[in-house]
Amino acid sequence: MEYFLQQLINGLTLGSIYGLIAIGYTMVYGIIGMINFAHGDVFMVGSMVSFIVLLALGVTGGSGAFMIIFALALVVVIAMLIASVYNWTIERVAYRPLRGSFRLAPLISAIGMSIVLQEFVRIAQEGRPKPMQPLITGGYELMHRTLAEGGDFTVKISNMQIMIIVSTLVLMTVFTMLIQRTALGRAQRACEQDTKMASLLGINVDRTISITFILGACLAAFAGLMFLLYYNVTDFFIGFLAGIKAFTAAVLGGIGSIPGAMLGGLVIGMIEVMWSAYFSVEYKDVAAFTVLVMVLIFMPQGLLGKPEVEKI
Amino acid sequence: MSVAPKNNSSSDDSKALTTSALTKDLISTAIITLLVLIPIVAMKTVIGQGIISIVYRFGMAFALTGIVVGTRLFLHLFVWHKAPSAGSKSTLTSGLKSVSFSETITKYIAPGLLIFALLFPVFTFFHPIWDKRVMDLAVYILIYIMLGWGLNVVVGLAGLLDLGYVAFYAVGAYAYALLSTVYFPQWFGTGILPWAFYITLPVAGLLAATWGVVLGFPVLRLRGDYLAIVTLAFGEMIRLVLVNWFSFTNGPQGISVPKITFFGLPFKDAPGSFSDFFGIQFNRIHFYIFLYYVILTLALITYFVTKRLRRLPIGRAWEALREDEIACRSLGINTTTTKLTAFAIGAMFGGFAGSFFAARQGFVSPESFVYIESALILAIVVLGGLGSQIGIVFSAIAIMGSFELFREMDFMKVVLPSGTEPIQFRMLAVGLAMVLMMRFRPRGFVTKREPTVFLKEKKSVSGDLVAEGHG
Repeated sequence: MEYFLQQLINGLTLGSIYGLIAIGYTMVYGIIGMINFAHGDVFMVGSMVSFIVLLALGVTGGSGAFMIIFALALVVVIAMLIASVYNWTIERVAYRPLRGSFRLAPLISAIGMSIVLQEFVRIAQEGRPKPMQPLITGGYELMHRTLAEGGDFTVKISNMQIMIIVSTLVLMTVFTMLIQRTALGRAQRACEQDTKMASLLGINVDRTISITFILGACLAAFAGLMFLLYYNVTDFFIGFLAGIKAFTAAVLGGIGSIPGAMLGGLVIGMIEVMWSAYFSVEYKDVAAFTVLVMVLIFMPQGLLGKPEVEKI
Repeated sequence: MSVAPKNNSSSDDSKALTTSALTKDLISTAIITLLVLIPIVAMKTVIGQGIISIVYRFGMAFALTGIVVGTRLFLHLFVWHKAPSAGSKSTLTSGLKSVSFSETITKYIAPGLLIFALLFPVFTFFHPIWDKRVMDLAVYILIYIMLGWGLNVVVGLAGLLDLGYVAFYAVGAYAYALLSTVYFPQWFGTGILPWAFYITLPVAGLLAATWGVVLGFPVLRLRGDYLAIVTLAFGEMIRLVLVNWFSFTNGPQGISVPKITFFGLPFKDAPGSFSDFFGIQFNRIHFYIFLYYVILTLALITYFVTKRLRRLPIGRAWEALREDEIACRSLGINTTTTKLTAFAIGAMFGGFAGSFFAARQGFVSPESFVYIESALILAIVVLGGLGSQIGIVFSAIAIMGSFELFREMDFMKVVLPSGTEPIQFRMLAVGLAMVLMMRFRPRGFVTKREPTVFLKEKKSVSGDLVAEGHG
């Protein structure tokens, strides 16, 4: 029971990260109907930029709490800005000119873009993983089981995990408000429903699409920072696996649905952690991929999505 | 038919460009480029003895920004805002011109290439510089041409984006590796080993095709983008199983396998070998020349089988499916079977190539079957022009050959920062080429799409004028 509880906490943490990336996939899919294959690599860029800025600022786990909070706030802003610039540029250069081209063109372009981003970072920053000293340490003991009760085991939640879960919650709330309450969110939802009609009613579709990419990149950059702080390592290739899993999360939650993406992220995180804990660590990625395949075959509309109607 | 109006947007742009607008555009370009470059390029993290430090390279970032802005200025002044008369030269005529050009190509270049390919090893005798390295490169390129032709059935003809093609390549390679090292000696004794490749080849093809059906069956109802991700997931799954199923595949260490023999005669300096049997001087190049002809044969089989299949109802169904799935279904074509055959046939060629790869290398390990290989094969198909078989030959030669060239380009080191080799940029170039290709020539350089069945009159439509569902 205690062991399960611990895995639940770990799964929640990992799932939050996946959920944040998944939102980017789901929004872009909702609005232009394509998989932004390079989104996982935008997440990687966010993580890499966070690493670089943290290093440049010179904060370590030993710096004062105030210093760390200040540095992290700065890193969040910079990472989001840079990742947004990347995603915006990608959309302008690689996707926008291809609207109205044949079916596979944007996807192939996206795959090319993903390769470009990975290789660009690999060449500029060397291929080796970048390790980092833990920045946020400490945590709380939630539960303790003694040897007499059947094995020594302590359920812990680290400060880092609290931070990830709480900040994801906050970010999600802000984001949901943004989509539901503001004019920007209204335009975004309108484009999602019917691009042509939205543009007839005076919505600047190009701009809305750009903003969608920027919002997705912000969330991905935040996830990248969390990933870096949680695992204390980053490299140019993390976007690949995280990207596929986040995409799985988006599909599982119902592509196009933002709460669905978050929910899907949590489920995928849970499955991955539970699988590693109870079955085998080696096959945890296989488990996640199997979920993807199963969902697509048996439940293509996902948990919260609407069934796709094929229009001629 | 929406053919003409497509290029109108570019002529709309050709209004006079004011200086202030130009300045604004260039400044925003500069800012964005700097934002892209500063953290990643200008602040390089270097892992030293236990400590990580940052090397600042702002000079390089500014230089690159300068290049980007300069290029954009050049494009503004001389390319994007040309006088309308020059700019509005109809794409239709140029499209038609390219059709006749490509007709010439398929008529003369294909047989020419074939003759050249057949005679290629002969040149090595006259030219002492062309040694086994050249032959090896030729074999290497031919493997990718074959893989490209195999994937072309799936992507180019049936329009199914398969990102896990390397999985079938892996199935073929491991089929050969496991059969020849473990099972054949068990079943038939070691005497069979010299023949292992020839026996395994069809088996490997069948196995790969079976895997193609097994993997394809559940997912082929999905639409294009989903299919791409699922095939990618399958490719990774097979690789992960190869890495982790230690007792069966020997994990990441891989398996050493017997190399290919000349129909039972091994290539080595010993009695009973190829050179001994024919009474000639032993030379390593015999091995490479033989490899060359084997892969050439396999590739040509792929080529001609695909070419013939295109004329059969199934091939026509593939192409119809690529153009419009809904129309296909309403005409009574069973889309699942059609997709499945494309998948299986593509996979089978992948399996053949994999088997050959293992027999050439003498070693297989999961490392050869990573996602980037799939992406590379896809890039070959895309750059060749989806669906064009001759195009794939050129793009495979261009990509693989340029990889070799990157290795040789020492003069580039003057321009590049210290510590980087030109060879590092190869995949970056491939990725960029894919993006640019989709942007400017989405249907390829030399390709055209010509219906194999037509009513009364044969109308060619240049590929780049056609969006999905038209033409």
